[in-house]
This record gives sequence, structure tokens and C-alpha cells, in this order.
Amino acid sequence: MPVPSLRSRMELAEQTSWGEMLIRDLIKALLRWSTAFGAIMVLLLGGLPLLFWQQPGFASFTVVGVPIAWLILGVFVSPVLFVLGIAYERLSERHERDFVDMIES
Amino acid sequence: MTGWEISAAATVALVAVVTFYLGRRSATLHNAAQDFDMARRTVRSRRNAAAVSGEYLCAASFLGIAGAILTDGADALWYPIGFTAGYLVLMLFVAAPLRRSGAYTLPDFVEARLDSRGIRWFASLITVLIALLYMVPQLQGAQLAVTTLFPVPDWAGPVAVIGVVLVTVLGGGMRATTLAQAFHYWLKLFAIAVPTLVLCVVFIGSGGKGAAAGLADAAPPTLPQDTTVTVDTPVKLQVSTPTTLYADGVVDGAPAKGEVLWSAEVRHDVAAGTTLRFDAGTPTPVVVGAPADNADWLAPGGGDTWDLLGTYSLLTALMLGTMGLPHILARFYTNPDGRAARRTTLHVVLLIGLFYLFPVLLGALSRLYVPRLLVTGEKDAAVLLLPTSVLPGIGGQILAAVIVAGVFSAFLAATSGLVYSVAGVISADLMPERVRDFRSAAVLLALSALGIALVPRQPDIAHGIAIAFALAASTFCPVLVLGIWWRGLTAKGAAAGMFVGGVAVLTALGLDIASDYTGGWAPVLLERPALLSVPAAFITAALVSLASRNTGSATVNNFMLRMHAPDRLGFVTDAAIPRYGRAEERIRLGHGQGRHRR
Repeated sequence: MPVPSLRSRMELAEQTSWGEMLIRDLIKALLRWSTAFGAIMVLLLGGLPLLFWQQPGFASFTVVGVPIAWLILGVFVSPVLFVLGIAYERLSERHERDFVDMIES
Repeated sequence: MTGWEISAAATVALVAVVTFYLGRRSATLHNAAQDFDMARRTVRSRRNAAAVSGEYLCAASFLGIAGAILTDGADALWYPIGFTAGYLVLMLFVAAPLRRSGAYTLPDFVEARLDSRGIRWFASLITVLIALLYMVPQLQGAQLAVTTLFPVPDWAGPVAVIGVVLVTVLGGGMRATTLAQAFHYWLKLFAIAVPTLVLCVVFIGSGGKGAAAGLADAAPPTLPQDTTVTVDTPVKLQVSTPTTLYADGVVDGAPAKGEVLWSAEVRHDVAAGTTLRFDAGTPTPVVVGAPADNADWLAPGGGDTWDLLGTYSLLTALMLGTMGLPHILARFYTNPDGRAARRTTLHVVLLIGLFYLFPVLLGALSRLYVPRLLVTGEKDAAVLLLPTSVLPGIGGQILAAVIVAGVFSAFLAATSGLVYSVAGVISADLMPERVRDFRSAAVLLALSALGIALVPRQPDIAHGIAIAFALAASTFCPVLVLGIWWRGLTAKGAAAGMFVGGVAVLTALGLDIASDYTGGWAPVLLERPALLSVPAAFITAALVSLASRNTGSATVNNFMLRMHAPDRLGFVTDAAIPRYGRAEERIRLGHGQGRHRR
């Protein structure tokens, strides 16, 4: 693993105006992604109760004898959450790698 | 004792012994002084995720969800979803920065971030409250489980759990607990997956015979055979069709003996100690407030706008509360860096998502096979009674013994994790200097929870746990999220936010308990306060911070840098950690010499 160049790391640590700006931008970018993923999750999960409440007919629609609401809530939601998690992990690791590369260059 | 009681007792004893053994083994295998603490942060993501899940899957997951499904049906499916989504939120906003901050507990974090001793004390107090609210349902579950299985007095279960927990916590270490907790996850998964699969095969194989009626009918569940139930705590029952039954005891405030006819319009108060007898095929009365017929039970989102708000409030509490649970946060500290913390959280989403498939199935099956629990209100016993009801005979008893092992693992893992992580907080921050000691703090905490749990009350494990989540979501969630992402959060703002959120939840809890004793007048947002209390806490914290703003200090800037800079840049030095991880270290390792860290 290459050691980040000493000078830029020190600028970060000493919070020079350049270092401070860098870290502010980093935090802003990270927060933007976290918020975006959070919003997707809230839309998905938050939409479901409203959907079932508004459309009782949809909720009682059955697939092989099992009401679709039970399938969605009991089986399909957690894989979706996991996939969201994987995507976020990939993205944030790439983002951090890019940031380190930028500091090093 | 019958053969069944002996095998159940043997399983419980086995779980206790293995837990204790794993604790002892690693405590003696390595140098005990080195290992008693979180010192070793090299636990790999996957095992660490199993340990987090093992510690997390508590009585609410094992008994509470199935019980809630039994009574509330589709509306209870939000519990497992909220629990799982909580970890995704934790991953998105908290996991990596919190790990990099080096904080071991919430009080460590607020002190380090906000640079204030006073707020540390306040955060410690809230940690203890959350721990107590979380432990009490575990112990109530233990009481229910033990009295369901054995002819013993009410106090036996909680006392046994607290006894084993204290022996484990005082005799083993944290590293030990990592191993033990990972073991607990796999034990719990096995103990719920195998019986569920066998019972499902039996159910499908019998073509649904032995079960009373289809779950889709617009009719109440009916009792499959002649049933006699004894009501242990007073309940309020309703029926949806006129129902004939035999009562012996006190019903509606008057002594009753012999046949009674209940009409659908009236609610019936049944006093403790009353015996009710039903003929086979009788529609089951249900506790007031639960869906009375199966079609209602099967469909989500029935009811009025308040019920919808209640669902949202529950989801808010579960999703935002996970990040404030003391035993879960302490576990993140065992990740080597921020990236590993994120990966661990991702694995946890997978592991607990897998687990939650099974209690849902068990809850749905129990509607068919043990509807008698709807009458007594002891719905959380469903998982325990289901195997012997589906499969009378030795097969059912073996499955039940396996489930009992998982149930006790759930009580022990969650309770010992809480006692371990919160006893350090108590001894460091809340005890007077003279008597400061980890062991006495652990005993004090465990006995307080035991005292509260022994107050007789109809337990509702899933709901009780949701209250603990609501408190965590209304106090620590705003402080963590704002503290990590917003430089502007000040100590005053954080304190005000935690105060407003905490008072809101505790007031709602008090009113809700009062309403339980005086006729159940509380609206749904008192039962599930998070929808109001969380935004209130966030807004208060933000507004007070803006009002008390000071120009960005160097401490805050440094701390933000440490939390967010990628691990490879190396801003998280181990030297920085003993200062914030001191709750444990000072107590355990002779006043912060930190020799284990070299």
C-alpha cells in the first residue's frame, strides 16, 4: 500500500485552508451519497404502508395462495435492503480510494 | 417432571454451560488482563457480524415477532423490516465515522465530539435508561417462557437469566463475548430454522389438516379442539360473533360459574385466575385491539389514519433506534477500521434478514395451531407451544427443546451484552468515586432490571422493545447524525435535543402504562411516540445549536477530519483511542496504562 505523500497529509492534519476545504468537500460528497441512499430506502419502505392502506385490493392479491403483501414484506424487502447496502459499500469505498489517490498525486 | 420438562431443562442448562464455557475458555486461554477488554480489534468482519447479530437477536426477535404476527398479522411484518433497515441506516450514516472516532460508547462519543464533561454524564444516564427498557422485556420473556414450560413460580425465569448473565459477565471478558456471541447467532439461526422448516413440511404434508380453518376467511380463528385456558393476568376480550363458553372465576366484575354467552357488541373483562373452557370449533375471542377475524388479520393497513401513522411511527423508531443501542455500538469498536465497520454492518443486514424469515412463518402457523393464546394474551409463548401442538409426541418435543435452546440463547446474549457494555458506563460516569467498580455496577444494573421485570404486567415483548428503540431514536440518533455530519452541533444543542426527545418518549410511556390500567384510552402516538419525538429532538438540537453557535473550533475540525478521512490516510491512531475508550480501560486495567494496546 503506498503511503500518502507526507505534505498533503500534513496539510489535512494541520487544517490549512486548502486541507480544510478538501475535507469539507469530502464530507459534503459522502453526506450526499448517504442521503441519496437513505432517500431511496425511505421511499421504498415509506411508500409501502401508504400503498397497502390506499389499495386494499392490491394487498390482498395472492400469488400461489400467499397474499402479495406478505411476500413483499416478509420475503422481498430484506434482499432489497441488502442490495442497497452492497451498492453503497462499493460506492463509498471507491469514493475513498479516489480521495486518497487525489491526496497522493 | 415429565420427560418433556426434563429435556427442556437439559437444553436450557446446556446453553448456559456453553455460554459460560466459551467465556471462561478465552478468558483463561489468553492473558486474562489483556483480554478482558475490547483490546483485540482484529476480529474479522464476518465473525464480527455474526457476533453483532448474536447479541442483537433478542427475545423480541425470537418470541416477540411471532407473537405479534399471531395477533396483529400483516401489520406486525413491519417489525422485522424495521429491525433490518435499522442496520442499513446505521451503515449509511454512522458506522464508519463512529468507528474512526474511536468512541467505545455513546458517552465517549459525545464527550469527544462536543468537548464537554456535563453532556457525557447526561448521555450515560440515557444509556442506562435504554438498557433498562431493553432488558425488561427480555426478562419478562424469560418469565413467560419458564412458566409456560415448567411448573415454577413467576420469578424463577428472570432470576435464572440474571444469574447466568452475571456469572458470564463477571467471569469472562469481551473478547470472550465476541466468540460466545458469534456462537449465539448460529445457535439461534439453527434453533429457529430447523423447527420452522420441519413444521412447515408437516403442515403442507397434512394438507392443512389439523388446522382449524383457512386464514383468508372473514371469520375469527376457531379453536381446533376442546380447550381450557386459565387467565393469569387480567385481559379485556372481544368476540366478533355471539360465542358460548364456560367460565369459572370473575368475568365483567361479577363471579361467573358455568355457561355464559358473549355478544359481539360488548367487551368482556376477565379477571386473573379465571378459567375459560371452549368446545372444539368455537370462534376464538381475542384481546381488545387485535384484529378479530382472519381476513382483517391477513391484510396490512386496515384501520384508520391513526393506524397508518402508528405504522410509520414504529418504522421510524426501529430504523433510527438501532444506532443508539449501547451493546451494538460497543461491538463496532472491535472492527479494526471504518471500512471494516461498514462491511460488518452490511453482513449484519444479511444475517438478520435471513433470520427474520423464520419467526414470521412460525407466527402465521401459530394462528392455526395455538389460537388459544389469543385468549390469554400470552401471545409471546406461541413459538414455544407451536411444535407440540403441530406434532404431538416425541417429534414435537424434540423440536420444542431445540427452540427452547434458541430462546434462552436470545435472553442470555442480549442481556449479557447490555450488562457488559453499560456496566462500564455506570461505573465510570454515574457512580461516586469511592465505590466505583465494574462488578458492582454490573450487579446493580442487572438487579434493577430484575426488579422492574418482576412487577406483574401483561408482557408484550415486541412492543416493549419498540419503546427502547423509540428512546434511542429520540435521544442518540439526532446527536450521532448531527454530530457526525454537521460541524455546527454544540454541547448545548445536543443536550437540549436529548432532553426533549427523552422526556417526550418517557412521558408517552408513562401515559401509555397509565392508560393500560385505566381503560386503554391512549391514542396510538402515545404507544408509539417516535413519529413526533424524533423530529422534535432533531429540531431542538439544531435550533439550540444555531443559537449557541461558536466559530468552528480546532477540536471539532480535527474530530471531523478523523471521522471522515479514509482509513488509509491514517488519521485514526491508536494513541487517540485510549482517551475515548476509557470507560472500560480505566476500570479494568489499572487506570489507563494502556499496556494491552502496544
